[in-house]
Amino acid sequence: MKIKNIITHIILIFICILSLVPFLWLLSTALKGRCENIFAYPPIFIPKDFTLNNFKEVLKLVPIVRYVINSFIVASSTVILNVILSALAAYPLARMEFKGKKIAFFAILATIMVPFQTIMLPVYIITLKLHLIDNYSILAGYLGLIMPFAVNAFGIFLLRQAFLTIPKEIEESAIIDGCNSFQIFFKLLLPMIKPSVALLAIFTFIGSWGEFLWPSIVLTNEKLFTLPVGINNLSSAFSSDYRLVAAGSIISIIPIMVFFLALQKYFISGSTEGAVKG
Amino acid sequence: MDLKKNIGAYLFLLPAFAVLLVFFFIPFFHTIWLSFFSYSKNIYSPDFVFLNNYFELIKSPLFLKTIINTFYFLILCVPFLVIFPLFLAILINQNIKCKNIYKIIIYLPVIISIVVVAIAFKWLYAPNGLLNFFIEKIGYNSIGWLSDPKVSMVSVAIVTIFKGIGYYMMIYLSALMSVPKELYEAAEVDGATGLKKHLLVTIPHIMPMIALVSTISSISALKVFVEIYVMTKGGPLDSTKTIVYYIYEKAFENLDLGLASAGAVILLFIVMGFSILNIFVFEKDKYKI
Repeated sequence: MKIKNIITHIILIFICILSLVPFLWLLSTALKGRCENIFAYPPIFIPKDFTLNNFKEVLKLVPIVRYVINSFIVASSTVILNVILSALAAYPLARMEFKGKKIAFFAILATIMVPFQTIMLPVYIITLKLHLIDNYSILAGYLGLIMPFAVNAFGIFLLRQAFLTIPKEIEESAIIDGCNSFQIFFKLLLPMIKPSVALLAIFTFIGSWGEFLWPSIVLTNEKLFTLPVGINNLSSAFSSDYRLVAAGSIISIIPIMVFFLALQKYFISGSTEGAVKG
Repeated sequence: MDLKKNIGAYLFLLPAFAVLLVFFFIPFFHTIWLSFFSYSKNIYSPDFVFLNNYFELIKSPLFLKTIINTFYFLILCVPFLVIFPLFLAILINQNIKCKNIYKIIIYLPVIISIVVVAIAFKWLYAPNGLLNFFIEKIGYNSIGWLSDPKVSMVSVAIVTIFKGIGYYMMIYLSALMSVPKELYEAAEVDGATGLKKHLLVTIPHIMPMIALVSTISSISALKVFVEIYVMTKGGPLDSTKTIVYYIYEKAFENLDLGLASAGAVILLFIVMGFSILNIFVFEKDKYKI
């Protein structure tokens, strides 16, 4: 029994090391000074010419802090819109009877089957037509980044399921007390589905934070670059000096790592089922 | 009263449907519409060619290559992403110490942007980089991870697998929690231990989850783009050019909107096969009306 446990730990530790090596190697490269050959053979893991200069330099050359702020604005707005719109749409789908319910349900379901990549060109055309592009104004630029992802079917179905688990009697007693649908929704039901809302918020945030394809299509103004776009740009601009690319990449990981570690219980609780993305 | 009730429901649905209409339904039909026009002669006054773009794509060796590449990528990733995370989930689900630390570290690549993961791997894959050092150390010739057309797709698949393992492991872990403990006890009474216990109890019980992971990992493999964009730009010699990459290139670089849209519709049909299976068979409880 003991030996079996030790083997389990050895395998898991090995996998953990593999999961970290690409980032640790990046960190090691970022900490190496000008005098140290980053292509040394055999490779050097602990920098001999240890320095933080690459971080200072990359922060001076590239507005990474600005990218972080942009990513934060875009990700949190996307989260807020997703929570509000999904909750509003989920409620009648779970709780009301109305004409066209089936049609509404299948229309939302249909969106799951169509990957964004297959409609990205017309989405771009419509975004252009609505002037939601960064060369009109900063606000327009942000809206163009946010609006196509303001709601998605997974969020609606996740919250619909949460609403379905609330006993009908709670609602009925509120109706007897004279509450209308909107009061029931905001004061009674919404607070009851908090755990699902938290789950939706966290996974929407992570998804939006890492999104690359859409921002890389719509963004033209460097002032609005989100982190993935900015870091990709940095990696091609400084490809001759990987110390700077590595330093920039490491800086870009820090905010999301803090977010992840602060909220880790939501990630490892095993309740990721509702967060399955398409 | 009845009408009033209906209006209430519609008001709740309105904001979400307004967004979906503008950024989903209209673009969806627009894609199909655009696929009937040829932009190759004049981008400002396209010709209506009906299905001609589709015929052109089917005859195009490059497009066929991107389809083959995409399925090659799928075959490289999916079996690994279905089996290995399950193995890890079974290991972690035991009564062991440091469980949560393992989960957090293995999940870490999932939360880090694919752009950064791809940059990190580009650095590992460098001609005189860390990976080739180990390859030479164990007595092989160094590999052109991103420069050899025979290897490049495998290198891309490794990145996708690396980023996906933690995600699918968590899905399996939540499924494993639902396996009743009594089933294991019963299997133990019958003399089954270790691997045999899992083959007899765990696997049959979470079969629906295995099926689900197969379809969702297949769908995301069919949509692969960012890893390739960051690491190889579809090269060398188009060896990592996938369908989405082809659509992207046609739409935003060559401005051939018709061919791009026809390619998108073809991809849509391929993905739809998997999603229909998913929604109506494997996840039907979740979407029950």
